[in-house]
Amino acid sequence: MVQMWRRKSLNTNISIKKDRNSFKDNTTKTLLIMCLPAIGLLLAFNYVPMLWMTMAFKRYRADLGLFGSEWVGFDNFKFFFQSQDAWRVTRNTIGLNAIFIVLVLIFSVTFAILLSNVVRKVWLKFYQTVFFFPYFLSWIVVAYMLFSFLNMDHGIINTWLNKLGIDSIKWYTEADYWPPILTLSYIWKNAGYYSLIYFAGILGIDKSYYEAASLDGASNWQMITKITLPLLMPIIIIVTLLQIGRIFFADFGLFYFLPRQIGILFSTTDVIDTYVYRALRVTGETGLATAAGLYQSIVGLILVVSANAIVRRINKESALF
Amino acid sequence: MIKDKKIELTKKIITAVVLGGFALLCFIPIIAVISISFSNQQDIVNFGYKLIPQNIDLTAYKYILKSPAQVLSAYKVTTIVTVLGTLFSLSVIALIAYPLSRMDFRYRKGISFLVFFTLLFNAGMVPLYIVVTKVYQMKDTVFALILPYAANAWHILLLRTFFSKIPYSLIEAAKLDGAGEIQTFWKIILPLSKPGLATIGLFIMLMYWNDWWLSLLFVESQELIPLQYMMYRIMSEVQYLTQQLTSSSVVIDRTALPTESLRMAMCVFAAGPMLFVFPFFQKYFVKGITVGSLKG
Repeated sequence: MVQMWRRKSLNTNISIKKDRNSFKDNTTKTLLIMCLPAIGLLLAFNYVPMLWMTMAFKRYRADLGLFGSEWVGFDNFKFFFQSQDAWRVTRNTIGLNAIFIVLVLIFSVTFAILLSNVVRKVWLKFYQTVFFFPYFLSWIVVAYMLFSFLNMDHGIINTWLNKLGIDSIKWYTEADYWPPILTLSYIWKNAGYYSLIYFAGILGIDKSYYEAASLDGASNWQMITKITLPLLMPIIIIVTLLQIGRIFFADFGLFYFLPRQIGILFSTTDVIDTYVYRALRVTGETGLATAAGLYQSIVGLILVVSANAIVRRINKESALF
Repeated sequence: MIKDKKIELTKKIITAVVLGGFALLCFIPIIAVISISFSNQQDIVNFGYKLIPQNIDLTAYKYILKSPAQVLSAYKVTTIVTVLGTLFSLSVIALIAYPLSRMDFRYRKGISFLVFFTLLFNAGMVPLYIVVTKVYQMKDTVFALILPYAANAWHILLLRTFFSKIPYSLIEAAKLDGAGEIQTFWKIILPLSKPGLATIGLFIMLMYWNDWWLSLLFVESQELIPLQYMMYRIMSEVQYLTQQLTSSSVVIDRTALPTESLRMAMCVFAAGPMLFVFPFFQKYFVKGITVGSLKG
């Protein structure tokens, strides 16, 4: 009796296994089909356009199309790099992005640490909500807000300055004012968002570390530098690494809408992305636009891969890939 | 003991001052825009923009509502793109994120790489522009405003992280009960992932509502201009709005037009819905960035 039962169970085991195998093929097929719509979109809007990157080596003519246009080697690149623009837009892109990364890191980590001091739930919720506000506005809306502050005739800042007996400042005609203005705007919009990421990281730290430290008589400052910051480091590294990987790409809206495309300001506000856009859509220099665009994509890729390699070396766990 | 109390107090004060200060900074510009939109033109000319309006004046809003053709059309475009785009994108993303969360899916690695690689390298705006306008012929269509963003790699990876938290034993149990893959996905995975879907859905919604990039590239026809792009046009062409308003059936004295407050009223119209929706869903957003900050 027992033996028969055993045998039976053995049989069912085998049949289940068989079922599972046929299941597996079906599973793979179904799962693959589920992936198809997204794969199609990725191919259409990310991978197919990569073919058109070869435009950078052609004199593109819309009527001839990509394959009919004539090869011109590195002419577009020569043209781009011999112009004054190449250096200017590269410097502005990398320089301003570097400032953004460092300052946003400092501000957001500070805010996150201070947020972890807040005891009352109501206040915590209030801060989290309000800090997240600017992140929800598009750069166009931010540009309107900035304009209400900096407007020459009726701007809030000039109105205040006049009250103090100081002459109005022409914010929109002086290029030197713009690196700080852009930096402040960027911090304003993003520091709150990043502080919430870091705050989540701090919440994940085991409370017993702090209890033990305070029993040993550690000061607040020591707890921050010896516990919070080291344990937050993996998240800080990942977030910063992602940003460094994007250092060659500017936040288009910030640079396009806030300085309102005023030519006098280009020396400090023109970045690769706005330059490429203007070459493509305003001046119609497709060759320049493709060359500058390819330069950006390739240097950008090299930067991500090398930043990742460096992090991999320091700490394998923190690397992106 | 007294020293300890003192330190605690300074800690509290520093926290309140710094966080409160930044909170105020986040708030002030929004208040400025709202109050300017309610100011009257004469006050603005005489006293400049004010954080608190001298007199409450609804003229700007009346103008917008009286000659609504352009504004209404932009609102309609933005709403359609946001609703259709969110539904479509969320479906497509959920469909691919689930297989990618399954460790037993044979092509998981290959397809994950295909998705992930788009974060590292992309063709850039010129090839995209040429392909979409010249090859796909999507210029001035609603597709150009939705499709390029629909399969966003970040959203796919985020949702995959949400899905992978569902214990595999549940999927196995469903299979033993004879459920097919689609059934498991529909009846078990999706209902269990509501918070994840809500989070990603809101991210997608925000992305479409605030988008100006696709319309900047692909839209020229008046009927397809969305809200954000219209705001850009108004800003860049001072006359644009005046023309739009005066060309409509309502007869308006051009000199009396409240240009300044009108601008800011438009701003309130464009940003308002998102700011209004946001506090209700804030916890999902916070959850979203928390998940996003962890390696998926």
